Amino acid sequence: MKRFQCNICGFVYDESMGDPGHGIAAGTRWEDIPENWACPECGVSKTDFEMVEI
Amino acid sequence: MGNPVVIVGSGLAGYAVAREFRKLNAELPIVMISADHGGFYSKPMLSNALSSGKTPESLLNSDAVQMASQLKISIRTHCRVAAIDQTGCVVTLVDGERIFYDQLVLALGADQVRLPLLGDSIEKILTVNDLEDYKKFRDALVGKKRISIIGAGLIGCEFANDLVTAGYQVDVIDISAQPLGRLLPPAGGAFIQQKLEASGVVFHLNATTQSIDQVQERLCVTFSDRASIETDIVLSAVGLRPRTQLAAAAGILVNRGIVVNRMLQTQFSNIYALGDCAEVEGKVLPFVMPITHAGRALATTLAGKPTPVLYPAMPVIVKTPSCPTVVSPPDFNIKGEWHVDADKDGVKALYQDEAGNLLGYALLGAATKEKNILTAQLPPVLM
Repeated sequence: MKRFQCNICGFVYDESMGDPGHGIAAGTRWEDIPENWACPECGVSKTDFEMVEI
Repeated sequence: MGNPVVIVGSGLAGYAVAREFRKLNAELPIVMISADHGGFYSKPMLSNALSSGKTPESLLNSDAVQMASQLKISIRTHCRVAAIDQTGCVVTLVDGERIFYDQLVLALGADQVRLPLLGDSIEKILTVNDLEDYKKFRDALVGKKRISIIGAGLIGCEFANDLVTAGYQVDVIDISAQPLGRLLPPAGGAFIQQKLEASGVVFHLNATTQSIDQVQERLCVTFSDRASIETDIVLSAVGLRPRTQLAAAAGILVNRGIVVNRMLQTQFSNIYALGDCAEVEGKVLPFVMPITHAGRALATTLAGKPTPVLYPAMPVIVKTPSCPTVVSPPDFNIKGEWHVDADKDGVKALYQDEAGNLLGYALLGAATKEKNILTAQLPPVLM
């Protein structure tokens, strides 16, 4: 499971946690998140995130 | 026609417009004018960089050269605009150079408010408003132990949490009776205070800072009641003031911020403003989510399709890991009341009108898990 960090606000998307509040189940891989999903903290689009090394 | 879009400012707002515009139009030239290095970084991450292991260098995502190539824009670094001539559609830089524009975007940001304090060491008070300030702050921290923060607002509390987690002794001073006084009802303020105190932060509330003086190797912070504390570093975080001087001097309407309508347009049809410098339909919202929405709408307008900005409910996350906190500040012009449900695990405060409609909330601790359900019930901020 990987983690991705929002370039703009620092929000971390953790694949193991998902984003259940916005319809993304725990365990959803980054590439499987729909392109119209936005950062829940600042609203930027998926393309503005970058991968975080863990 | 044929002159570029000129964006003054290279913060989140300036880059939001440039990035969104390039998604819509790959060709039209953009010139960005930056007073500093012009690199791109996340300003919200400055206040939790220590505990997340980030340095000022690693906070910089891309420098100006990389950004210019990535977005296919021209970035003028270390340049300041001295004047805007709205009739001639030209900005004049401090060195006298003139840059003509078809459309001008003001993304100037805000300044940290400086309190009028006394004492022989007020010039040693640090503020953190950008990456360069942050680098100075981190350099100042080396070998020091005790930090005093003036201001228990969002930024003050975030820095306090970050510093205490990193092992510093932290004092937070505020004139009001509780932390986050502008965002939280008293029960919420008491809860976050207690959690931050449990992490080691010492609060001095109802305390007016009067003077900062050097005492041997340290600084002495004296309050108006003559009580005082000794410290190594004083960080001031008492609020932001939108940068409006440049606009005002050009005859652009300013109030608290640069006055713009829903199109983010000043009274001059080809001059726009967004971000911390702007007052959109009476609202000054110095947070990231409004910038994201405004950047998208303005980019669409600049690309030829006039688009008003719509703000949904925009909860603000307070980055205090010792006390998870999320707030959706209500419009206090609408009559309503806080309804507070507090226990040892958290605080759920709902601001409702007389009919029971939810207008805003403050959630702390365990109650933050209700954020999404409650956000869905909130009215949009600007529709």
